[in-house]
Amino acid sequence: MKNDKVLLDHGSGGKISHSMFSELILPLFDNPELAKQDDGAVLTVGAGQLAFSTDSYVVEPIFFPGGNIGDLAVNGTINDVSMCGAIPQYISVGLIIEEGLPLSDLKTILESMAGAARKAGVKIVTGDTKVVPRGKADKIFINTSGIGVIAPGVNVSGSNARPGDKIIVSGTIADHGITVLSTREGLKFDSDIQTDSAPLNKMVQSMMTSEYEIHVLRDPTRGGLGTTLNEIAVQSRVGMTIFESSLPIKGAVRGICELLGFDPLYIANEGKLIAFVPEKDAQNVLEIIRQDEFGKDAVIIGEVTDKDPGRVFLTTLIGGSRIVDMLTGEQLPRIC
Amino acid sequence: MSLKYIDEYRDSGLAQILVKKIQAISHRKLRLMEVCGTHTMSIFKHGIRSVLPDHITLLSGPGCPVCVTAQRDIDAFVQFSRKENVIVTTFGDLMKVPGSGSSLAKEKADGADVRMVYSVFDAVAIARENLDKEVVFCAVGFETTTPTIAATILSAKGEGVNNFSIYSANKLTPPALAALMETDGVEIDGFILPGHVSVITGTNAYQDTFERYNIPSVITGFEPIDILNSVLLLIEQNETGVKALVNAYPRAVSDNGNLKAKAILNQVFELCDATWRGIGEIPASGMSLKNEFKAFDAAKKFNMDMPDVLEPPGCACGQILMGLKTPEECKLYKKQCTPMTPVGPCMVSSEGSCAAFYRYS
Repeated sequence: MKNDKVLLDHGSGGKISHSMFSELILPLFDNPELAKQDDGAVLTVGAGQLAFSTDSYVVEPIFFPGGNIGDLAVNGTINDVSMCGAIPQYISVGLIIEEGLPLSDLKTILESMAGAARKAGVKIVTGDTKVVPRGKADKIFINTSGIGVIAPGVNVSGSNARPGDKIIVSGTIADHGITVLSTREGLKFDSDIQTDSAPLNKMVQSMMTSEYEIHVLRDPTRGGLGTTLNEIAVQSRVGMTIFESSLPIKGAVRGICELLGFDPLYIANEGKLIAFVPEKDAQNVLEIIRQDEFGKDAVIIGEVTDKDPGRVFLTTLIGGSRIVDMLTGEQLPRIC
Repeated sequence: MSLKYIDEYRDSGLAQILVKKIQAISHRKLRLMEVCGTHTMSIFKHGIRSVLPDHITLLSGPGCPVCVTAQRDIDAFVQFSRKENVIVTTFGDLMKVPGSGSSLAKEKADGADVRMVYSVFDAVAIARENLDKEVVFCAVGFETTTPTIAATILSAKGEGVNNFSIYSANKLTPPALAALMETDGVEIDGFILPGHVSVITGTNAYQDTFERYNIPSVITGFEPIDILNSVLLLIEQNETGVKALVNAYPRAVSDNGNLKAKAILNQVFELCDATWRGIGEIPASGMSLKNEFKAFDAAKKFNMDMPDVLEPPGCACGQILMGLKTPEECKLYKKQCTPMTPVGPCMVSSEGSCAAFYRYS
């Protein structure tokens, strides 16, 4: 049965999103910057390099434990720019608001955006507001774009992973997706988990200004850690092995995943990065990440191999091995 | 970040002891079938196949409720979603299963009111909130899910929620085991029997099948230690020739099962013949609403009598469910049939063996 309509799956960030990108979007917009498929585009402007990235936020509900759609939208773009190895500086904001949204909600969201920008040290310098009739959007959708400066000599890309690299994740996975899910109607869990939405630019800056080599940076948002690792495996044409026993997952998050049959490897994060670092520097980079307020739980979860390029393997707790594929099908729509 | 009652059953040291024991006693080539879809998922997720000797083959049986749902029933779900003023409620896995020409997900994209629920009780809540509409619940599942549906029907009747109804494609496990054993060409040396289903049915529900076919049978839980233990017990029975029906999941399963759940089930439902996808009709293997609850039977309410339809040409779901083929032996696998463009239900459900093969191997 062929799809002739856009389904929710097309927005999952998983396999079907990727095929829409490579079969529909990329051929039409064809250019080398887009074709790199990193979190943002790296642009040569004059003598220097800029990173440029955009993202839209449609999360439901718009308020959730630990944050709301506003700070999520600002942090998300800060992180996408940061993952290019850049220092994010300026952000634009596009608001699409449904008629009837309480002004007090809008104010709370805008205050969160201002707070998030201030905390990260970036400026919101331009924007746009549209209002659509009731029912034509759901409360509020936000688009943010950001630009940042890449220091001379920095070369971070999803295509730079090399066999022998260690894979570091900056903290517990799946917090954001499970937080949003657990606040949805019909699924009321009594837990204290919160979104991990956070700006990672300072963490990245400490890493980039260190003497150590960093090959890849990526924030595993939609599609989760499993999908992001697959993207990098394909981009860099390498294999990977990660260890189930090393994966950092909060107890409450694991419990909810076990109950509902979700795999935390495919659940969205909004304040985590993964870094691919040569073995010789891995321990030092890990220490730098742990010094950051959002990187205290950072660990090495696996390594890059020269076997089975494009594939990611998980060594399970019982010593078995299985493939970690890209997400197929939407686990949780409208998570960010 | 440990989880009580789970981590103990994923202990790597214990797993290694079991694997060593299996390697030590296993000499014969064996084909063992896990009947339940949750077992299939767990086997893949924990990489259990990769630690077993090559001559032990694990087959996935007819225990994924979505996978055994007949194409005509899927067509019925789609038909309900096309009716004016009807809200169709369903478990998530059913959304993408293709019927003859469409799926619930496609109908939803076309504007139908199809809502995913986590519990049938949520479907009744939707009915209460939408009194001007009819709410139909697509009921699939085995003995584990059916008692909850029965309880929901009782409460909907008690409360007078008359705009709620179900289309029952619910099925029973033991008749399917017997049907499998009667099928030509099926070679199974032991059953890993479902844990959740057995919590309701109790060990005794399998006694007849065990006695009639004298086949090694072990009820077990879903953690890797549970599964490895059941494999060890089945190998032991085959190697020694001492066959038995064993409850290796005593922390959840009793001899007689959950009597209260069974009573509610029998109060609301009665046995009927049912069509299983790829297998065909199995007598007395389905559950339909008793006469006094017919007001809640969506098929009756909407006069829905779908014709039997042929399954898509080339789709080997039926043979895969009986252990006659592996997903890799289906000529559509990974070609026309992928999780993005599934042809058969085994590729759709997260518990389907084709989806599990695709994802994890």
